[in-house]
Amino acid sequence: MKERIQIILKGIFRENPTFVLVLGMCPTLATTSSAINGLSMGLATAFVLMLSNMTISLVGQLIPDKVRIPSYVVIIAAFVTVVDLLMAGYLPDIHNTLGIFIPLIVVNCIVLARAESFAAKNGAVDSVFDGLGIGLGFTLALTFLGFVRELLGSYSVFGHKLASGDGIILFILAPGAFFVLAYLMILFNIVKKKFIKK
Amino acid sequence: MAKESSFKNMALTLLVISSVSSAILAGVYELTKDSIDAVRIQKINRGISEILPPFDNNPSENVYKKFVDGDTVYVYVATKDGKNTGAAVQTFTNSGYGGKIVLLIGFLADGTINGIKVISHSETPGLGDKIDPGKHGFSLQFNGKNPETCKIAVRKDGGEIDAITASTISSKAFCDAVTRAYSVYREDVMKKGKWDGNTGATSKQ
Repeated sequence: MKERIQIILKGIFRENPTFVLVLGMCPTLATTSSAINGLSMGLATAFVLMLSNMTISLVGQLIPDKVRIPSYVVIIAAFVTVVDLLMAGYLPDIHNTLGIFIPLIVVNCIVLARAESFAAKNGAVDSVFDGLGIGLGFTLALTFLGFVRELLGSYSVFGHKLASGDGIILFILAPGAFFVLAYLMILFNIVKKKFIKK
Repeated sequence: MAKESSFKNMALTLLVISSVSSAILAGVYELTKDSIDAVRIQKINRGISEILPPFDNNPSENVYKKFVDGDTVYVYVATKDGKNTGAAVQTFTNSGYGGKIVLLIGFLADGTINGIKVISHSETPGLGDKIDPGKHGFSLQFNGKNPETCKIAVRKDGGEIDAITASTISSKAFCDAVTRAYSVYREDVMKKGKWDGNTGATSKQ
């Protein structure tokens, strides 16, 4: 059990997909214009990651090497579409907020990277925990990024307006995503050096 | 160890994976189809009652369709005590920043805009998505305006609509959708006098 917790913590800190691996930058930059968008995108990705990691670690041994990537993509795309349809049918409000971001999970390279580098070589249970850890790391990073951008860009926190006015629009736009990501990465590395021993 | 990458193995693996995935997707699609449809119809019905004065018929059954500019505009005519109280027009534009925008616009009997709801859009979050009345006051400025007497266009184009800051393309697209809705409503409902829900307005083309 201790090892499993290690796998989860590794996903959040030592191999944080956004701040350390710097993977999946498209959804990171595109969907974090508000904290709630970042959070929902992160959770949906975490869910798909766990399912795809589990499936790929179970059937991975049966797939010939040369066609493994197309196979993984088909499996991941199937799970994403299932999530998309289920949300459209049963959670229409959340589906409305996320809109086009859900199908974007298919092209999120974190999911493919974990399938290739972890799930294909490890057992099903470990792979689920790896998906959970990486998913949580991604969710935390996206929520934090969205939180800062929303605060500066529209003066609000999780949709609640703190001050009147439009905010510094730059932070809602694409360049703002790069600025905030860069400063958060610096912050993350300072914290990591201080508290986490190698 | 992974299986040998022979042609037969590769083709077989991809065939099996694709077939299983399609089967699962088909199953989930069938499972969720009814509730997705129900959600959509409910959204339209709720939208109609929010943007029109009280009515006593069922506008979602009293619908007039017209094919314009490559897509369909739907006119849901509302009546009360047999008299027309207005119509909700489901309109669209393809010139949004993120592509298509679908709106539901409530017109009173004389053509005055009573309310607008956004059905779907793909505008930039935080910028163009302010066309949604829940996020910004932009769409509320249309209420009470009659496109017959008021030019529906952004001020830059000589109209009377204040565009959303940093989202001129979305604002222009919104005006385009409103104009399209009004032209269908005026030409095919107001001028032809297809008020009676039981006869004219239900005619399909």
